[in-house]
Amino acid sequence: MTTAPQDPVSIGIVQTATANLASVLAGLRRAGAAPTFLEDPADVLAFPKVVLPGVGAFGAAMGQLRKAGLVDPLRERIQRGLPTLGICLGLQLLCDASEESPGVEGLGLISATVKRFQGDLRVPQFGWSQVSPGSEASFFREGYAYFANSYRIDVAPAIDAGWEVATAEYGGPYVAALRKGDVVACQCHPELSGTWGHDLLTRWCNAPQQEGA
Amino acid sequence: MATRRIIPCLDVKDGRVVKGVRFSGLRDAGSPVELAARYQEQGADELIILDVSATPEGRGHQVPTVEAVRAVLSIPLTVGGGIRTIDDAAALLEAGADKISMNTAAVARPGLLSEVAARFGRQCTVLAIDAAAVEGAETPSWEVVIYSGKQRPGKDAVAWAVEAEALGAGEILLTSWDRDGTRSGYDLAQLSAFSSAVQLPIIASGGANTPQHMLEALEAGADAVLAASIFHDGDWTVAGLKRYLMERGVDIRPPEDDHTQEPMP
Repeated sequence: MTTAPQDPVSIGIVQTATANLASVLAGLRRAGAAPTFLEDPADVLAFPKVVLPGVGAFGAAMGQLRKAGLVDPLRERIQRGLPTLGICLGLQLLCDASEESPGVEGLGLISATVKRFQGDLRVPQFGWSQVSPGSEASFFREGYAYFANSYRIDVAPAIDAGWEVATAEYGGPYVAALRKGDVVACQCHPELSGTWGHDLLTRWCNAPQQEGA
Repeated sequence: MATRRIIPCLDVKDGRVVKGVRFSGLRDAGSPVELAARYQEQGADELIILDVSATPEGRGHQVPTVEAVRAVLSIPLTVGGGIRTIDDAAALLEAGADKISMNTAAVARPGLLSEVAARFGRQCTVLAIDAAAVEGAETPSWEVVIYSGKQRPGKDAVAWAVEAEALGAGEILLTSWDRDGTRSGYDLAQLSAFSSAVQLPIIASGGANTPQHMLEALEAGADAVLAASIFHDGDWTVAGLKRYLMERGVDIRPPEDDHTQEPMP
């Protein structure tokens, strides 16, 4: 059986502050997607798939989202379970708040405060760490992913909020990635995580949208 | 806990990978894209591209080279060579670099490190130090070498690393000027001195010829090891080197094809 080449999946990217997006764009293209930048807040809800990347500080990124009128559409999009992928700071923004920027309100989709790594650890951590899926049925797979972060989310609040959680260890377990339906968010950088990351991006980009979404 | 990293380095001149001793007698070693893809497949944890072009025309290949490598590369990419301004850094990041390595320009104007760190983050800011032993010193010490060896401004290399950490550098790429290209092993005393002076991760560079050299460097305090000719010449693959280190108890991300053989924790 022959099939016509599939059209690349159209993906909208939310621009946050100074984030370096070339690697994210390249990773999505390798996964078979056609990424474009979202200009209009209305597109945040209209696009079939949306990526929320993030490098930089929590407060600066929330400020940027607020200024661009993207906070409410993003919150609604994720609450409705529309396919969305948060990367690094894009995961942390889902929480209520962060120790990095006290007093700044996050998207409030996970009832947790993002915390700085505690104890005698080199911070930020840079490099490859092992990711452990919570169960065999997990969307996430066992493997190594690339991290570059100073702040992290505790495992318990994410599980309590109904997220499927994969963990990594750095002075104790923390959230490496989480998922609820078609919403996936990674503390690690899938676009820089070799075959593990390529596999994740490919599966998320090419997953059919769920009924009723 | 992050694993120790193996980082192949591509010295690129006029858009082609070259190899040689101390930037002299350069020989062609292949296409940057082909070598990047090959090392990634073998399990490289990151890749570094250093532009060693001597002319502005040669350096004009830098952005297209980074774009072409980024298209195939799904691991972190550090780019260095001739970066003088924050605009140079921005152009390379936009082309697909994840980290920017600065050397001579940071010695001339240390504030460049702070500017890059403030705008793009510490994780993006790499300081490359070429350090040569100070002859006749009572205790071992090293001085900074700039302009690819043409100048020694009399700057203590360890003190420079400490200063750079305070300015915003996120990582030190430390090349032993005396060992580079000699294949006689990394300068272990130098690595120990730097790793006890700063908290930053140190990438050891210069002198690697055998897996044992790399093991020694990691034991001396390096967070990562960089090598070029050992890989270009095909003496060792990244995967072979990683298996060697894993067998000796070093915490390493297994080569890609080994994931299934890994015992569950």
